[in-house]
Amino acid sequence: MILHELIDFEILRVIWWVLLGVLLTGFALTDGFDMGVGALLPFVARTDVERRQAINTVGPVWEGNQVWFILGGGAIFAAWPPLYAISFSGFYLAMFLVLAALILRPVAFKYRSKRDGKRWRETWDWALFIGGAVPALLFGVAVGNVLLGVPFHLTDTLMPRYDGSALGKLFGLLRPVALLAGVVSLSMLLMHGAAWLGLKADGPVADRARRFGIVAGLVAASGYALAGLWLLVGVDGFALVGEVAKDGPSNPLYNEVTRGGTWLVAYDERPWIAIAPLMGFAGIAMAIRGLRAGREVSTLLWSKLGITGIVSSVGLTMFPFILPSTVDPDSSLTVWDASSSHLTLFVMLVATVIFLPLILAYTAWVYRVLWGKVTQDDVSDNAETLY
Amino acid sequence: MELDVVELSRLQFAMTAMFHFLFVPLTLGLSLIVAIMETVYVMTNRPIWRQMAKFWGMLFGINFVLGVATGITMEFQFGMNWSYYSHYVGDVFGAPLAMEGLMAFFLEATFVGLFFFGWDKLSKVQHMVVAWLVALGSNFSALWILIANGWMANPVGAEFNPDTMRMEMTSFFDVLFNEVAQSKFVHTVSAGYVTASVFVLGVSALYLLQRRHENLARRSIAVAASFGLASALSVVVLGDESGYSASQTQKMKLAAIEAMWQTEPAPAPFTLVGFPDQEARETHYAIHIPWAMGLIGTRSLDTVIPGINELVADNAQKIERGIIAYDALMTIRAERDAAPAEVRATFEQHSDDLGYAFLLMRYVDDPREATPEQIAQAAEDTVPGVAPLFWAFRIMVGLGFSFIAVMLYFFYRASFKGMNFPRWSLYGAVAIIPAPWIAAELGWFVAEYGRQPWTVDGVLPTALSVSHLSVTDLLITLTGFVIFYTVLFVIEVSLMVKYIRKGPTQDVEETRKWQERHEHRLRTHDGKGPFAPGAASTPAE
Ligand code: HDD
Ligand code: HEM
Ligand code: HEM
Repeated sequence: MILHELIDFEILRVIWWVLLGVLLTGFALTDGFDMGVGALLPFVARTDVERRQAINTVGPVWEGNQVWFILGGGAIFAAWPPLYAISFSGFYLAMFLVLAALILRPVAFKYRSKRDGKRWRETWDWALFIGGAVPALLFGVAVGNVLLGVPFHLTDTLMPRYDGSALGKLFGLLRPVALLAGVVSLSMLLMHGAAWLGLKADGPVADRARRFGIVAGLVAASGYALAGLWLLVGVDGFALVGEVAKDGPSNPLYNEVTRGGTWLVAYDERPWIAIAPLMGFAGIAMAIRGLRAGREVSTLLWSKLGITGIVSSVGLTMFPFILPSTVDPDSSLTVWDASSSHLTLFVMLVATVIFLPLILAYTAWVYRVLWGKVTQDDVSDNAETLY
Repeated sequence: MELDVVELSRLQFAMTAMFHFLFVPLTLGLSLIVAIMETVYVMTNRPIWRQMAKFWGMLFGINFVLGVATGITMEFQFGMNWSYYSHYVGDVFGAPLAMEGLMAFFLEATFVGLFFFGWDKLSKVQHMVVAWLVALGSNFSALWILIANGWMANPVGAEFNPDTMRMEMTSFFDVLFNEVAQSKFVHTVSAGYVTASVFVLGVSALYLLQRRHENLARRSIAVAASFGLASALSVVVLGDESGYSASQTQKMKLAAIEAMWQTEPAPAPFTLVGFPDQEARETHYAIHIPWAMGLIGTRSLDTVIPGINELVADNAQKIERGIIAYDALMTIRAERDAAPAEVRATFEQHSDDLGYAFLLMRYVDDPREATPEQIAQAAEDTVPGVAPLFWAFRIMVGLGFSFIAVMLYFFYRASFKGMNFPRWSLYGAVAIIPAPWIAAELGWFVAEYGRQPWTVDGVLPTALSVSHLSVTDLLITLTGFVIFYTVLFVIEVSLMVKYIRKGPTQDVEETRKWQERHEHRLRTHDGKGPFAPGAASTPAE
């Protein structure tokens, strides 16, 4: 097939790098508020009716939202196989914790209201809390570690190898900068969940959520600023050495990489990317104002803007790096040497161009059908059918 | 058995996959049965059919979430536990997995929420469409995952690239229309339909035995028996198709299933039962059916099916050729563009057998240094465990035929005997509820264990596919999964039992009123309603 030659390999790689960002952002924007609601649940909703109110604001949509995460995994596998192979096995026990937390969530949503006992329901409420808070925190920690670099190297036949023991690797992830990134990610999604509850719930649940949301927003913004400062003074960046064949074979070992300097040189080289952190700060600031003023739709939209800015700022700062290696910089994965083949990227792009708009269209339709607040009366009247 | 990282990774994958597949078949079939019931409701406007759709839909929901929860593990496990595999074939294998997300998971997961929450928010027809979209989504997901899985058994449309040290896609259409994937798909979804039919049949039979919810139960049996009969026939006919495609592409698996040690003159006999002895390379007390194997496996009278001994000898030669390919590959990788043209030519000539050289890496780091004994040993390793495959296959097939018999019987009683079912048959229907799960799990065992020692047949051995993990890593996660999954399983089953006990709770008033009017009308016709309480629940004999 010659068709795929229509688009240059190099351009396809950039498109897939953008699409990776789109999927991760899509995940943060949609499943993000589900996780936020889960993590806020024990604090903003006290009685059983209040908790059911909060849960049912996301009840019909969390499954679809979660597919952003699953598709993120699938798309990394299809478009960036080395990233899929190295990151998930390198973060093995951390991934296991994330999976365990994420598995708890569907079960908790569905089973919580299927029995009456207080113990039963409270146990599932905590499961929802874990299912929201743990992934939100650990995803941030993972991003922090990617910025810092990960201790892996590739053998001559491209087998990924890691340094350190099982638990050593797990606790090795908890470096201060990475923990800070975790705090930013958790607080950002808490703010997002609060904005969602402000829109979809009413009464005391919405009021409490807004108060939590304001605090979370302040933490997210100051954590994000602190992380930026830290990147400037305390974290080494990575850089490719010499001319790189941007349409060359996907073999990281063919390119040479140095470590040193700072990631933030990216802002000298490509000043326009400053728009991302600006979006991040502006979005959070406006979301906080909206939460205080009790505005609903616009607050959620501002919160989405803020999250988009923060997530994309990481990718834009690191470009073209995807996963740098601390122990053997030459093994680092970049956009130019860690993708799938030309044909696979093309085929997957065609599929995405057809299906992503379709997905967005029917998802929008579903949200429209479900438009409106979930009240305490709703959940009391529909004990059989709602969660 | 010594537990190293490879064994533990296999154990963990097998456990989590087989656990996932406890929920998958019911989802595949029940989503469709619910959509059918709802369609009858929309067409006839009888509330009982909506009540049926809601009741079975509720059980579907309890099952569905565990399918989702355990599916999340599956999606990430390739990277976590099979990182060299992910690198080596991700270019081909990742694509159908991503397609599954784009085409299938979004569809089913977006609309399943609306299915449960949308009864009052959508029109009747809209809600029915939503039910069909959920069913369509789950069936699409089976299609894509089986295209991925089928490729592991028959890796077409891909080529090894020495620069990137991995398989790369050469034709998406070959991957898509892989005959093994197609026959696997139809066989596996049919297995799902059988599972759901047997489930609906069994639970309804239980209600009839208890004289509860008889209206719902009888109608459900009518649906389950007709849908189940078609599916049971399709499982057997298309199971044969699976066998046929295995004979074309996976000769060793087929020979092992049949315990065919020697190549038999065509047409080969089929071994009905017997005791395969791997050491002695013979099957004791075998009962043969002449010609049958040749006919099933090749659909001809004169094509020879190679036996295990012959295949081992072939594989030894492939290993020799693989070593030549490996040697050329090492030169190409060392000298890159400077590698002499004849070395490249040598590589091209033998690259199909490169994977066979990797089989030696269990014994030597560099396949080129392998001794003749090691080569013989590696060729020997290409024989999977024969006895387990032989038996697993026969139990699956036996169950397959018994499902046809069961469905035929209930279909007959439902269609021609006024929905009267003798009590013994109802007890029987309850008793066989677990059987389709057993058949399906054994089917996966045959397909996956029969592919050993390869993850991708002839391309990448299982032993090489694993991640660089420690035994400690795996013991932690394996223990975690066992505890976690056991708890979830107990909770799921207890909720299923609770809601089956409770029976339908929605639309009760409406259905009862309709029922009374309906029976009144029937009675004025012939004086005796077929669904009148008591009338039909009396066993015929
Ligand atoms: C023949 C069918 C079949 C097979 C072999 C598999 N699955 Fe599965 N899977 C389904 C059929 C299915 C399904 C019927 O579509 C499920 C069950 C419940 C559900 O929600 O969808 C599902 C759910 C499901 C989910 C959750 C989707 C969601 O949130 O809606 C994921 C991520 C996977 N699966 C991934 C996998 C992977 C990576 C597999 C291979 C190793 C795999 N499945 C084997
Ligand atoms: C959900 C249904 C499935 C079941 C029940 C199942 C069952 C199994 C079993 C029993 C094994 C262990 C074989 C052994 O090591 O002896 C296994 C291994 C494996 N299967 Fe499957 N399988 C399923 C689906 C799939 C699918 C759809 C894929 C690929 C997309 C797949 C890929 C693998 C891999 C990579 C291994 C590990 C390597 C190996 O041992 O072969 N499986 N599976
Ligand atoms: C006469 C009946 C049957 C025959 C001849 C048959 C044949 C086969 C064969 C040859 C395979 C292996 C395919 C491969 O290795 O690629 C297989 C796999 C399988 N079977 Fe069956 N089977 C029968 C009945 C059943 C029944 C009743 C069920 C479940 C209800 C079932 C479920 C499965 C499943 C889930 C697989 C694994 C997926 C696949 O490889 O297609 N089978 N079957």
